[in-house]
Formats: sequence, C-alpha cells, structure tokens
Amino acid sequence: MSATSLGSPNYAAIGFFFLFVSVTLAITWWAARRTSSTEHFYAAGRSVTGLQNGLALAGDYMSAASFLGIAGLVSLSGFDGLIYSIGFLVGWPVVMFLIAEPLRNLGRYTFADVVAYRLRQTPVRIAAAIGTLAVVTFYLIAQMVGAGNLIRLLFGLSYEWAIVIVGAVMMAYVLFGGMLATTWVQIVKAVLLLGGAFLLAMLVLARYSFNPVALFASAADRFGPQVLGPGQLVADPLDALSLGIALMLGTAGLPHILMRFYTVPDAKTARTSVSYATAFIGFFYLLTFILGFGAMVIVGPEAIQAVDKGGNMAAPLLAEAVGGEGFLGFIAAVAFATILAVVAGLTLSGAAALSHDLWVNVVRGGHAPEAEQFVVARVATVLGAVASVALGIVFKGQNVAYMVGLAFAIAASANFPALVLSVFWKPFTTRGAQASMIVGTFSALVLIYLSPTIQMSVLGRDTAPFPLRNPGLVTIPLSFAVGIVVSLLTREREASESFTTMQHRLHLGPEADQA
Amino acid sequence: MNEKQQALEALAAAQWRLALRLTTAMMAVYFGFILLVAWAKPLLARQLVPGLSLGILLGALVIVSAWVLIRIYVRWANSHYDAAVARIRATGR
Repeated sequence: MSATSLGSPNYAAIGFFFLFVSVTLAITWWAARRTSSTEHFYAAGRSVTGLQNGLALAGDYMSAASFLGIAGLVSLSGFDGLIYSIGFLVGWPVVMFLIAEPLRNLGRYTFADVVAYRLRQTPVRIAAAIGTLAVVTFYLIAQMVGAGNLIRLLFGLSYEWAIVIVGAVMMAYVLFGGMLATTWVQIVKAVLLLGGAFLLAMLVLARYSFNPVALFASAADRFGPQVLGPGQLVADPLDALSLGIALMLGTAGLPHILMRFYTVPDAKTARTSVSYATAFIGFFYLLTFILGFGAMVIVGPEAIQAVDKGGNMAAPLLAEAVGGEGFLGFIAAVAFATILAVVAGLTLSGAAALSHDLWVNVVRGGHAPEAEQFVVARVATVLGAVASVALGIVFKGQNVAYMVGLAFAIAASANFPALVLSVFWKPFTTRGAQASMIVGTFSALVLIYLSPTIQMSVLGRDTAPFPLRNPGLVTIPLSFAVGIVVSLLTREREASESFTTMQHRLHLGPEADQA
Repeated sequence: MNEKQQALEALAAAQWRLALRLTTAMMAVYFGFILLVAWAKPLLARQLVPGLSLGILLGALVIVSAWVLIRIYVRWANSHYDAAVARIRATGR
C-alpha cells in the first residue's frame, strides 16, 4: 500500500461533491414550488410511494457512522465490529410490528400527535418536545463533529468551513424544499451509498473470485483466526445486553425516522416502506462485512490507523486501493452526501417539534392560522440550522463517539415506551405519559453522565458510579414502569373512554372519522 | 357498539398478539446472539470451513431472520388484516 492522497484536495471528490450539491439543489428548487402549506413542508403532501419512502428511511438511517465507522471497526478488530452492523438492523422489525401503521393512522406530523391523541395536549407535547429535542441535539452533535473531521481528512478543508458548508446546504434543502426536498435528498443519497458500497465490495471480491469466505480466510491467515471470532469489545454480558436493547428499541423512537411515516398516503404504504427499508439497510450492513475485512486485508490495519486512529478512513482507503483516486473521490463525495442528508432529516424533525408541538399546539392552543404555522416552521428550521453549526463548532475536538449511543438510549427510554403505551394500553393517562417521557429522558442523561463512558473515557477518572456504558437496560424498563404506575394512580376517564375511538382510527384510518 | 365494534376488537387483539409474538421472536434471536458473543467466544470463533466462523454465519443469519420475520408480518397483514379492515369498513354504513 503506497502513500495515500487523503488529506490533500482530491479533484474527483470535489467534482462529485459539486455534482451532488447541484442536483440536490435543483431538486430543492423543484420541491420548493410544490411546498406551499405545512402539510407539504412536514409531510411532502403525503405523496411519497412505498419504495421511495423505503429508500428515504434507509437514507435517514445509514449515517456516516455506519458506513465509515463500522467498516473501520471491522478493519481494525474484525468480528467485533460486526456486532454493531447487526444491532443497527434489528430495530426495524420492531418499527414494523408496533409503530409504523399506528403512527401513520393516528398522527399528522410528529410522534407526539400519537401520544397526545387521547390525552391532554399541553403537558404531553411539552414532554415529547423535550425528548425529541434531546435526541435530535445529541444525534446532530455526533453528525456535525463527524462531518467536520471527515471533510477535513477527505477534502483538506478546515473543520469550521466544513461545518458551515454542511449547515448552509442542509438549511437550503429544508427551508425551501421542506420534506419533499429532504425526501429526495435521502433517496439520491441512499442510492449513491448503496451503489458505492456495492461497487466497492464487488471490486474487493473480484480479487477473491467473488467468494466472501475466501476473503475471510485470507484475513484469518494474515492476522490470526481470532479476527473471525468475538474479542474484547463485548467483555461484559450486561453491557452488551444494555447496548443491544437501546439499539433495538431506540430505532423505534428516533423522531426523524418516525416523521417519515407521515409522508406516505396510508398505513399499507407505511408497511411497504418498512419492508423496503429493512431490505436495503440489511443488504448494506451485510456489505460492511466485506468492506471491513477487505480493508483489513488489502489496506492493512497499520496503514488505516496511520491516517486516522479510530479507523474511520478504512472505506475511503480501500476505495483508493482497489479503484484509484477517482473512485476515492466518488466514495468521499458519497460520505459527504450521507452526512448532509442525515443532518437535513434531523433538522426537519427538530423544527417540527419546536413549531408544530410547542408553538402551534402549546403556545397557540392548536388554533394557529395556516400562514402563521408555515412561517413558524421556517423560523424553527433556521434556528435548528444555526444551532447545529454552533454545536458543531463548540464540540470541536471532543470525543463524541458515545453521543449516537446516547441518542438511541434517550429515544428508547423517552419516546418508545410512551408511544407503545399510548397506542396499546387503555388505562394510560396524561400524567403517566408525561412522567414516562421525562423520567426516560433524564434518567438516560444522568446515568450516561455517571457511566464509564463519560467518567473514565472523557473525564479520565479511575472508576464510575454506574457500571454500564449504555443505560438502556435500566432506563427503558424504568420508563415503562413509571408510565404504568403513574397511570394507575391517576385515572383519567376521558383518556380510557376515547380508547375505542382511537382504535377505530388506528385500524380503519383517518377516513373512518368522517364515516 | 355492536357487530362492527366486536369485529374491530377481535382484529385489534389478533394484530397485537402477532406483533407481540414477532417482536419477542426478534428479541430472542438477537439477544441469543449477543449472549453467545459474551459467553461462548470459543464456540463462535470455530471455523466451519476455513474462513467461515460460526460467529460470522450466525451474525448474517440474524440479519436474514429480521427479513424473514418482516416477511411473515407483511404476508399476514396484506392478506388477512387488510381484508378484515375492508370487511369492517363495509359493515359500517
């Protein structure tokens, strides 16, 4: 493996990046002319097809962390990295079985619509907005800091410029094109990412007569058989279970994913879109097996760590080794596009919580004129974009690897229990929902702060008061328990009486209301 | 609050039972895999043929099982559930 051109400006990368930005801005211009109401702004006029939404869900979910991070982990530690590939997929069946169709039939723009459906609006929406904003903030910080570092390495651009460019382009998508533009940016990005990863995997496998097992065997020959089996990453079973449950149930509580189910015309299409999304995402994670071991064998762990200690540059280095500088440029541009798209989806869901949940339903009591809602949505988008650029710059140089895990833990503890209980459990009450979401959010925050992740890895202490790296194993059952106990203590007649009405709408769809 | 209501409640119960069963199945598969990773490291490191360890095979099968469970749900929903919803819609006026 000779010297890499990473870190110096790569003209192919810059060319591909400008091509991507031009195409997506043209899509935004097209979408802007069709975005004239809040229904268009938040939900793309409910006109997205199942295949399109499946690709867009995959686009929203497959972040740069999964593409670059997992390929890097596998290239450095072998099998252990694959545990993440698998953990990130198994949440999707849960989304399918428990969440997708009820969400589509009961809500309008945010998941709080569903939780608040038969409860009192104001307290539920405030609690849901806190949970949503906490998840979005931590996810955004992880993405923005990742983006800054990545773009510095890939394009030789300064960290601050990278953050500002991501913020500005993303704001253009969301502000002018709303959900329709964001959806198409996700689709373009998902196709590029799946296509790029597939091509890269094929170029690797071409050297092993298209037999992945021969590639794994060559990794075991060169680096010892232990790379094909579990190592030290999962040392403590409880730790592994805790991370596992947070990844699994967190997917079903991520606000930017949940919001996508409002873009399709009906519950059946929501169902189809999860099928497609799971197929694409699973396929992508299977490819990470090949990319990771390919980078290990073809590039080598030392060469990968020489560029970036965490291994994040394994996939781009592999692209350069098997496809030359032009292919490196393409993969680098795909990684950039990946970050842009995920950040756009996050910002839109944060803006929806601020404007739809807090402003329209709490401040204005649900009676804001359409024109005002539209203006507020756009103001919230600008606030979200400015906040994400500011957070990216403030957290420069921080170790933010734990923040995605934290975002999943809060999503699983704050959003998921309230969502499931509100749809399936008749005695659920306003106070129960409120308590479950608030306890879920803050217990996850406090336990992460007390965990070895922050106390030992970030603050450099010797011990941590809370033993688990991810709090999910404690905070998810806690949030369910609090929601159930508080509901039983505070009976709410209207809430249980409207359960039947809700059930009608859940299964028969919004049209049933008019019947 | 009659025939239509009864049919709807029966459908809701059936949907909930299947959703719960499939969710439990996914959890069992995934947590089973995680516990093997934590407790049966030598077993998972064993190579079935040179290059293919049991761990890699089971990991890929966890992904495949997610596809299969979703397929089971979609088949039930597309045939049984959608038809039942259409019948209930038709009885109500």
